[in-house]
Amino acid sequence: MIELIQTYWVYFLVGQYPKGPLGGLALTVLLAGLALVLALPLGVALGLARVSPYRVIRWPVTALVFVVRGVPLLMVVFWAYFFLPSITGVKTDQFGTMLIALVVFDGAYLAEIVRAGIRGVPKGQFESARSLGLSYAQTMRRVILPQALRHMLPSLVNQFVATIKETSLGYIIGLTEVSFIAAQINTQVFTRGAEVYLLLGLTYFVLCFGLSRFAFWLEQRLAQRKDLQPLPQPLKASA
Amino acid sequence: MIRFDQVNKWFGAYQALVDINETIAEGEVVVVCGPSGSGKSTLIRTINRLEAIQSGTISINGEDIHPKGLDVNAFRSHIGFVFQQFNLFPHLSAIDNCTLAPMALKRLSPAVAREQALALLDRVGLAHKANAYPSELSGGQQQRVAIARALAMQPPIMLFDEPTSALDPEMVGEVLLVIRDLVRDGMTLVVVTHEMGFAREVAHRVLFMDQGRVLERATPDDFFNRPQHPRAQQFLSDIRTPFATA
Amino acid sequence: MPSFDFALLQHGQYHDWLLSGLWVSLLLAALTLVFALPLAVLVALLRISPLALLRWLGAAYVEGIRNVPLLAHLLFWYFGAPELLPEAARQWLYAGNIELASAVVALTFYTAAYMAEDIRSGIRAIPLVQFEAGRALGFGFLPTMRRVILPQALRVTVPPLISQALNLWKNTSVATVIGVAEMMYQAAKVESTSFRSVEAFAFATSAYLAVSLVITGLGAWYHHRYPVRTA
Repeated sequence: MIELIQTYWVYFLVGQYPKGPLGGLALTVLLAGLALVLALPLGVALGLARVSPYRVIRWPVTALVFVVRGVPLLMVVFWAYFFLPSITGVKTDQFGTMLIALVVFDGAYLAEIVRAGIRGVPKGQFESARSLGLSYAQTMRRVILPQALRHMLPSLVNQFVATIKETSLGYIIGLTEVSFIAAQINTQVFTRGAEVYLLLGLTYFVLCFGLSRFAFWLEQRLAQRKDLQPLPQPLKASA
Repeated sequence: MIRFDQVNKWFGAYQALVDINETIAEGEVVVVCGPSGSGKSTLIRTINRLEAIQSGTISINGEDIHPKGLDVNAFRSHIGFVFQQFNLFPHLSAIDNCTLAPMALKRLSPAVAREQALALLDRVGLAHKANAYPSELSGGQQQRVAIARALAMQPPIMLFDEPTSALDPEMVGEVLLVIRDLVRDGMTLVVVTHEMGFAREVAHRVLFMDQGRVLERATPDDFFNRPQHPRAQQFLSDIRTPFATA
Repeated sequence: MPSFDFALLQHGQYHDWLLSGLWVSLLLAALTLVFALPLAVLVALLRISPLALLRWLGAAYVEGIRNVPLLAHLLFWYFGAPELLPEAARQWLYAGNIELASAVVALTFYTAAYMAEDIRSGIRAIPLVQFEAGRALGFGFLPTMRRVILPQALRVTVPPLISQALNLWKNTSVATVIGVAEMMYQAAKVESTSFRSVEAFAFATSAYLAVSLVITGLGAWYHHRYPVRTA
């Protein structure tokens, strides 16, 4: 196994770069990072729409989120792969296709996380902001969302871990991410499939487990921040 | 200044306010008291439209507060509201809590807003805690910051919904002192409270509510020494002798 | 753009392919569920065992599986694992349906890891005093689990397990990567032979949504019929 690693580690990590497009583990992490960064604003927008007081905004978005969450990610990838070129007229490569699919898919999941985060902010916060005269939009922007998003930080790191795993589906459309590279290596060495795929699994494990531990540490650190404490519970009082 | 005309409010099938007809004059300090569920919180929350009403009118300075097309936010910015649970914004420091609304709504520059906020915090005795976060403040301190925050918009009317009910007993006094201070400035205050000592000392009038109705209205002296309505008499007796058997 | 051809979905060769794909997806999910649940209970018990070594084994299983994507699991069990088997076993596998077998194995291990965590949470939701009461009556660890804890934990656990079943249903789509002729595979096949991508994927999308709806509905019904009752 050692010589397997020694021979192929560069290919595994960066694909054919610089002699070709970026691939391997670097591409996996890049794709996941970019997808999450783009999915977050979409998720916040969709999450806000999900709690909107206006039905005309709330219902279509709820339907959209329901559909995206009811089908496998691979379905969304296929939608992007087969239909996006004919709708937009632009032929995207595998990276672009996978990125769009991930942004849409993760955006829908983040919408639910954001919605739960917003719901988790005590109603009194909303009332006191409105009592001061702040509009709904100002209240969301300056009071509710800052609190909701800060509490969501560990969830976001976990979502990053999930997205890294999701990038593996790029294999199916020929994206040269790390699983695809592993398969390429396997066709070259042929009789050592178990070793190759065990190494692949180990790579994912180290990356994802490491990030989960980071999320855990982050949660501990955040619990100590002054501006994030839950307010001390007042004594129970009569109505 | 604040006028209720035949106001009725329901929560579904439950009627929370029944035929409310009251007037609160400018500069008056009115205490609203009564047993749990009497509707006193609901009453005060209708004044800044946190609760809607189904019939009747509420007017402030002669103007109906429910006309079509009213800018609710501008309306609310002229009324200060202090909650039982303080509701300070935990992600902002004390002074930032107080400057948020003035900067966002009155377009004050940060410098001017901070200056005014600091003066208000000083007034409630917490200038030294300006940069502290709510998590670092005691309940009494938080409530005082909440009062400063409400005052930052310079409202002519201040509403208090059981401001000391959620506090440990030793902190009640510091908050009541701040409220009494406001009385001296001639603000119009409506305070829902159980603190009878405060009511006796500070209020111009007491409204006693039960089951959604205002059953008695009197000066503190008359109310506490010569209650007229049997429910009021029962209520005061229960408060004074909590362990008496029937 | 050519018009939507409904007839395609109602009869004919493409219809048969799509339908068989749906059938295989359902089969895959059902088989996995049958094997994954007992395994999940076992792993959950390992994780709460009084013995540190067993606890560590359970934790290693869960973390090891969950931090690796399903696709990599499938690739391992299809391309990697058969090599490790003795010759005779390998021949028998290749003669049979190795794609399906690998997929079921991979999905079972994967799904069990997630379900084990939900079961563990369910068990932990039962107050410790219940466990102590069982022990006080004279039951050992396992019998206490079986007679006292698990029956109560079941009610709390069923909703998240139904959630996992939903995930499982969607995860069956990844099996296409090792050539299992499930719905995605068939939809792609219909697309490449007939270029009728809209019809093929409309069918697949509707099928996934329909079953998702049924599973979600089941969860809602269960929650309504068997609400969690605390002491």
